[in-house]
Amino acid sequence: MSLNRRNLLKSTAALSAAAMMPKVLMADGHGPIKLGSVLDTSGGFDAYGRPMDMAMRLAVEEINTGGGLLGREVEVVAYDTQSDMALYTQYAQRLTRQDQVDVVHGGILSASREAIRQTLRRSETLYFYNVLYEGGVCDRNIFINGVTPAQQVEALVPHAMANSGPRVYVIAADYNYGHNTAGWIRHYVEANGGEIVGIDFLPLDVNDFGSTIASIQTASPDLVIAPLVGGAHLSFFRQWAASGMKDRIPLASTTMGVGNEHKVLTPEEGDGIMVAYNYSQELDTPNNTSFKERWTAAYGNTDDIHEIAVSNYQGVVTWAEAVRQAGSIDRMAIIEALETGLSIEGPAGTVTVDPQTHHAILDVHLMEIRDQGMQVIETLPQRQPVDVQAVCDLGANPDDNTQYEIEI
Amino acid sequence: MQGSAGKDYLTIIVFGAALIWLLPMVENTYTLTILIIYGMLGLSLGLIWGFGGILCFGQGAFFGLGAYTYAIAAINFGESTVPMLLAVIIPAIFAAILGAMMFYGRLTEVYLGVITLVVTLILFKFINSTAGPQYVIGDARLGGYNGIPGFQTLNVPGDPGAYLWGDSYYYVCAVALLLVYLLVTWLLRSSFGRIALGIRENETRISLMGYDVAARKTVLFAIGAAIAGLAGALFASWGEIVTPTLFSMAQSAEIIIWCIVGGLGTRFGPILGAAGLAYMKFLLGQQSLVDNTLITGLILVLFVLFLPKGIVPALARFYRAVLGNGSPGKRKNTHRIRRATNG
Amino acid sequence: MDLSFVILVEMLYAVATLVLISAGLAVVFGMMKVINLAHGEFMMMGGYATITAVNFGVNIFVAMLIIAPIAVGLIGLLVERLVIRHLYGRLIDTMLATWGLSLLFVGLATMIFGNTTTGISTPIPGFTVGNYQVNGYNFFIIVISIMLIAGMLAVLKGTRAGLIARGTMQRSDMASALGYSPDRIYMATFFCGSALSGLAGAVLAPLVGLVPTSGVAYIAKAFITVVAGGPALIAGLISSAASFGIINQVFAFAVSPVIGDVALFVTAIVLLRLMPQGITSRFFKGKL
Repeated sequence: MSLNRRNLLKSTAALSAAAMMPKVLMADGHGPIKLGSVLDTSGGFDAYGRPMDMAMRLAVEEINTGGGLLGREVEVVAYDTQSDMALYTQYAQRLTRQDQVDVVHGGILSASREAIRQTLRRSETLYFYNVLYEGGVCDRNIFINGVTPAQQVEALVPHAMANSGPRVYVIAADYNYGHNTAGWIRHYVEANGGEIVGIDFLPLDVNDFGSTIASIQTASPDLVIAPLVGGAHLSFFRQWAASGMKDRIPLASTTMGVGNEHKVLTPEEGDGIMVAYNYSQELDTPNNTSFKERWTAAYGNTDDIHEIAVSNYQGVVTWAEAVRQAGSIDRMAIIEALETGLSIEGPAGTVTVDPQTHHAILDVHLMEIRDQGMQVIETLPQRQPVDVQAVCDLGANPDDNTQYEIEI
Repeated sequence: MQGSAGKDYLTIIVFGAALIWLLPMVENTYTLTILIIYGMLGLSLGLIWGFGGILCFGQGAFFGLGAYTYAIAAINFGESTVPMLLAVIIPAIFAAILGAMMFYGRLTEVYLGVITLVVTLILFKFINSTAGPQYVIGDARLGGYNGIPGFQTLNVPGDPGAYLWGDSYYYVCAVALLLVYLLVTWLLRSSFGRIALGIRENETRISLMGYDVAARKTVLFAIGAAIAGLAGALFASWGEIVTPTLFSMAQSAEIIIWCIVGGLGTRFGPILGAAGLAYMKFLLGQQSLVDNTLITGLILVLFVLFLPKGIVPALARFYRAVLGNGSPGKRKNTHRIRRATNG
Repeated sequence: MDLSFVILVEMLYAVATLVLISAGLAVVFGMMKVINLAHGEFMMMGGYATITAVNFGVNIFVAMLIIAPIAVGLIGLLVERLVIRHLYGRLIDTMLATWGLSLLFVGLATMIFGNTTTGISTPIPGFTVGNYQVNGYNFFIIVISIMLIAGMLAVLKGTRAGLIARGTMQRSDMASALGYSPDRIYMATFFCGSALSGLAGAVLAPLVGLVPTSGVAYIAKAFITVVAGGPALIAGLISSAASFGIINQVFAFAVSPVIGDVALFVTAIVLLRLMPQGITSRFFKGKL
């Protein structure tokens, strides 16, 4: 193995040269098209990562069964980042330098995305981040198809307030996503004539909510909105029900169920929690039914399908569609194809690329947790990522490379 | 002994230079860089634990502190030289204060472990809960759980535009490790180092001889923290992001495991343990058959049970047993290792 | 008035939780001078044992109070025979080996149960105090930990086995000279310690979402509580759990749960600085 730096430099040079070649040469099929994936399929975040990995592989398999892309097969190069941020940068380097993949799908936490985004941008490797997140990333090399806080909250807050009352208490996970979401909740609560009576931020490892529940009762709100994240925070919903609060104050959340948490709660604990997402397994559309059938054929049952697994699936499908339209795997050609406002039909409905922000315009479904499922109450079609649009315009400023703090 | 000192340094330099030159032929420099940084981190604990008898459960705290100091300073200064220095000095000062509190309080083994662990937990909790916009140092948002991305990485001193990255960054880190290694060697040969070893062997005896044991332990602890801080700063510059996981218990645990596996009471052991295990973790990420945490755990248990002194001392013993009666040159070599092993 | 009652309950509950999560570790540390860093994972396994048993249709109280402790106790026994007994007298080595075990158990649990959060709901309904709703399960935990302390006292003070155990604790050489095999005593102790850890994990399972890495959240607090308690087993446990639990809740209510945790840790540092051998090295000397 003589992979020294000279060879590396040579091969990176060759790669960029290859990227500039006319597409005829590339389509000739020098082997498969390489899709790189970096996900935490073990360690603390694998409840998110494993189903995402399954979804990505399912999508690629379907592409290959359908004859591949541009007559070439798609090959998966996947690494398990073991919920370790340092491994993200390491594998991103390996994907771009050694494996020289044509596209990277992956990253779960915002920190993991920020850890690899610059590496991929610098090496001119197209990047898809398929997870709901706090919003604000503005970079022409990245495409994001998860819902942003505004998309969710804009739909959820009026609905939840209509079902309860104007006085709202927020308990949010103490990190960027939580802070941002809490900000948007405040914005939309006030826009709908309501009032925030209290905001608590709880670190991700807090699992005892006794004092929090007591202070919520002191404030006696009409509604509690809880953007809480992760296994420890699941305890809140449990303790909330155990203290008998569930029947007194309605609860809404922007995160509950993203990792299929609602399947862990009993119906008595979970029923009635209001949520708003892009996907629900209970979505009654032909697309979703067929997706669930294909998933079952591949993996035996549908237990693992969740919001961001479907996002990841839709991300791969969107990329494949763009490659077809571009007729090339050249990065700029694909970006331009995506920027035409390309849209696909995914299990969760229509997903359209927003050319201005590289985020997604998608359907948001208002749902209520019932019998460990998410019953769709109302579908709000094609919501714009208004929060990101407020700060990011890649059409006007294509060299932008920042994650904006969105002023609300 | 004086006579062999020069030769020792020379051996280290020649050996080190050869490794720096040869390694890029087997693995890409990007991965090698992180192995070197982890090696330095391993050495920092190997120094205070193996030669000073201070078991620190929170070496990760100094690593994280170095990385965060670098990141915050780099955002504010926009140049990497001062941040690098701060990243060494601040963890050292922090360790000196903490160490003074612990060692003058005459805390022993387990209690020492608890305090260092608790301090790490506090830092971890604190950094984790700084997501709000009110946590700002200069221009740098602390960012909480998501960490701090997008700061100035290492540049040629005085020229913020000339980034050191890729291969050159590898050489910078490798030379830094070599220098730290030489420094540690020198330190252990000095009277300070010999007294530190004496403290490890019998604290009462050394204090009866009139030495201020607490002061010496504090200084050693601070030196270890400075090295860990440097490793942290190099890590920050390598990864281009710092996150609170640097302060986590898992990170500190890993450092302890490196030292155990590589070999306590040696200088090279912790480096080998760190680089070897980190590389193994990297390779394991490419398979999904067995859970990787399980493998790490199993290795630790097996090492404590069957090879509690670690790889390097075991190899040295093996080497002595098999080749102990070889040529004079070889004997001298074994002697060096034995001295290292026994202090 | 109502609020102060709620706060009182929360405080008692916090103290009880600390007692519960530290008891297993305290027994093993107090009797054997072994710090079992896989303690958190023993709790995690207790939780999984309960949930598995409940899913098989076992009554939840039977699962929590009988099945989980026995199952985890047996695992502990296995661990003691295979690993710990080779390391007696080597405090640091046992810490490291059990740390390795904790990682190993996390990995095993991940492979068996997957990393998705699981859980069961609390078997006891909440009730009303004036304008406030209180989690009824809190009382269950308070009662369990009082019974636990009483049980430990009764065994140690009132039974022959307890006498032997106390004897071994103070002078293991004398105990063995009198014909009691330390090997078997240690084995039994470790079984009891593990069973207590399993019980704690089982009793807390209905309150939390369980993942294979859940144990980590407990080990640090348990470790600190036990070490700060000092040499006297039960007095140490109660005194340090009480001081930490109360301080934690005072700050949690006054400021926020995070500050509560930080206050707990700061207290630990101050306590250890003032009393390097633990609380009971200064107060309650010679007590159990």
